[in-house]
Amino acid sequence: MKAAAFDYIRADSVDAACRALADANGDGKVIAGGQTLVPLMAMRLTRPSLLVDINRIDALRGVSDGDVVTIGTCTRHEDARRDPLVRRHLPLLAKAIGFVGHQQIRNRGTVGGSLANADPAAEIALATLLLDAEVEARSPTGSRAIALNDFLQGAMETALADDEVLTAIRCPKRAGGTGFQEIAQRHGDFALTIAAAQVELNGDGTCARIALGLGGVEDRAIRLPEIEQRLTGAALDNLDEKLKDVADMVDPMTDQHASATYRRRIAGPLLKRAIEEAVAEARA
Amino acid sequence: MSRHDVTLTVNGQRLSAETDARTTLVDFLRDELRLTGTHTGCEHGVCGACAVILDGRPSRACLVFAVQADGAEITTVEGLAPSPDSLGILQDSFWEEHALQCGFCTPGMLIAAHGLLAENQDPSDEEIRDAIGGNLCRCTGYKQIVDAVRLAAERMRKANVPGPGQ
Repeated sequence: MKAAAFDYIRADSVDAACRALADANGDGKVIAGGQTLVPLMAMRLTRPSLLVDINRIDALRGVSDGDVVTIGTCTRHEDARRDPLVRRHLPLLAKAIGFVGHQQIRNRGTVGGSLANADPAAEIALATLLLDAEVEARSPTGSRAIALNDFLQGAMETALADDEVLTAIRCPKRAGGTGFQEIAQRHGDFALTIAAAQVELNGDGTCARIALGLGGVEDRAIRLPEIEQRLTGAALDNLDEKLKDVADMVDPMTDQHASATYRRRIAGPLLKRAIEEAVAEARA
Repeated sequence: MSRHDVTLTVNGQRLSAETDARTTLVDFLRDELRLTGTHTGCEHGVCGACAVILDGRPSRACLVFAVQADGAEITTVEGLAPSPDSLGILQDSFWEEHALQCGFCTPGMLIAAHGLLAENQDPSDEEIRDAIGGNLCRCTGYKQIVDAVRLAAERMRKANVPGPGQ
């Protein structure tokens, strides 16, 4: 399996990358870590005529602190996972990255690349959706911020225009406990279903703030706002009862790995595990 | 289709060739540089047979185009041995523990284990399994491979070697 022929440009700046993409008239693709794109090219599921390599643009790498934590799009998974700012302020993201592929994938793949390729079962999309993150995209005409919920539009579909480059991910800092539960056929494989929870508790043990979501169930990562509202202010016990209608709130997909019925059935129990994990962590 | 000059430092040696943009790093190593120790397996990032150390970290050479790696430092399985007719500690431990049958996955397994031992001199079995989790072996059932990596770690600690294969 070899990729179809293409031209290659190594961009030395984001502007140069945007210009090259604009010149390619929709037939260009950005390559960062390549851990999603290269398999798609090898299987000829995509055959861009131009690849624009953004790996050597220093400004796109690294994690920086401010009101929010900003992650450069080309930051490799393993670098982000080990980063002290990510571990301290975005523990859910650090935890989620541990589930991304294997060591060799995490060494090369990038946080922005995972988001830009928008696989429905991608862990980073789910974690950043729960963190109320936004991404920054640059085009030849300027920059814009896109909330993650608007950015993710479907399976392998995002709000990025043909001449836009995703440059950074901005995540508000979060305290409290985190839960990340995944079912995959083999460790490191794409998830059949993922449930994630970010929980902050009040002094009396009730829920001060909660973010909940599922990945790999629908065509993109989703939040569960009704359940979040129901649980906010409540004691996080008796979860079977409180989560019993999760199955009715999702519209799962069927693929060769699992049926919609299976995904519907495990969504609630997996979410319960994620909440319990997060609560235990928040209490610790 | 653009063609590119690619220069790599492979196992300490600077090597150059011209290649198509679409040539993967593993094909470049094998076909242009004639370093056939690294194996081509699934060619889409699943089997791990093509693993090399790319700028210090185990990576899949089928998921990097050679042109992207221009200027990089690479260690292949050939670079793990102290000389062409001898084995490094890790390789010798694979021999000792019968950690291979057909040998197809072995270069990738050695690279994955090398990456682990460079960071962790005393890995648990769970950490060893995690490190080789991205590498498929159809023969051994993995047990002997885990045994071999554990043995190599032990030998390196005793020999006070500052990293694998030195």
